Amino acid sequence: MKELASSDFSGIKAGLKQTIPIALSVVIYGISFGILAHQAGLSLSESLLMSSLVFAGTSQFIVLEMWISPLPITAIIFTTLAINLRHILMGAAISPWFVKIPTWKAYGCLFFLNDETWALTIGESVKGRKSESIAGFFLGSGLTVFIAWVSATVIGQNLGSAIADPTSWGLDFAFTAVFIALLFFLWKGKSNILPWTVAAIAAIVSERWMSGQWYILIGGLTGSLVGAIQNVD
Amino acid sequence: MWINLTTIMPSEAIAIFAMAIVTYLTRVAGLWLMNRFTFSQPVKTWLNQIPGAIMISIVAPVAINGGIAELVAGLMTLVAIARTRNLALAMFIGVVTAGVLRNYLHI
Repeated sequence: MKELASSDFSGIKAGLKQTIPIALSVVIYGISFGILAHQAGLSLSESLLMSSLVFAGTSQFIVLEMWISPLPITAIIFTTLAINLRHILMGAAISPWFVKIPTWKAYGCLFFLNDETWALTIGESVKGRKSESIAGFFLGSGLTVFIAWVSATVIGQNLGSAIADPTSWGLDFAFTAVFIALLFFLWKGKSNILPWTVAAIAAIVSERWMSGQWYILIGGLTGSLVGAIQNVD
Repeated sequence: MWINLTTIMPSEAIAIFAMAIVTYLTRVAGLWLMNRFTFSQPVKTWLNQIPGAIMISIVAPVAINGGIAELVAGLMTLVAIARTRNLALAMFIGVVTAGVLRNYLHI
């Protein structure tokens, strides 16, 4: 492990520390997932396997509704793909910090790509650190979310339905709050108004008319394209 | 409680592994594309625009679909981050506002 520079470790530590508050809301989501997985008839080992190998909350939640016998495997695969397509855009956006590190490390780190970690890493990169340090931050944050998600799944599975609706505590708002706060850091001035308005409208309209998570992809694509065209001129 | 620890049905296992593979591919596809092709300046400009557009797309439907509690909580989060620049604190204030308004004011 000699090749690991000290900047990797300081990055990992920073990622871990900054993610802990958000990991609490991941725990709540994970517990809800475990409870619902239990109700959907998944065994503990099945939901444990799903949470640790798939590690993508929204798609896991939605697939539970399709968990009937016989399993509609093709539909499950395409639903998972549709919900997680946004990862491609997210991965492309953070790629500058991963092209400079060894390939195996980059592809290993990216297993831990999740919305929270991605957003925090973008927030961190605004501070202008080195690539290795940002990739380390990503890994530290990703591992924290992973541990929170997997252990919460186990807790939820064992709780059954003993816990009340977590949304009543306001904890589901944590995720939205993080994104609002990070948007504040991404705000560069007037040039953001047009692309962000377009993204918001596209997302709201497509969220109304389409099921699943397409709105994130559609809003993200249209908004960013408008922003690119505006800035090229 | 822990009795079903070792039960994994074959078709369930196939579904879970297939989900895992598909999801991992979406996670690495962005980097793979960026590694494989060289991109011009306009594409790089576009990449810079993606994070804000995605975050807005996640937040905007929540703001529209949510009630007054979500709107006020969102505004409180924004004020908190503008004043303190502290992500954890802003998140905490947003969550507490949402929780209090929903439970005690029922809005």
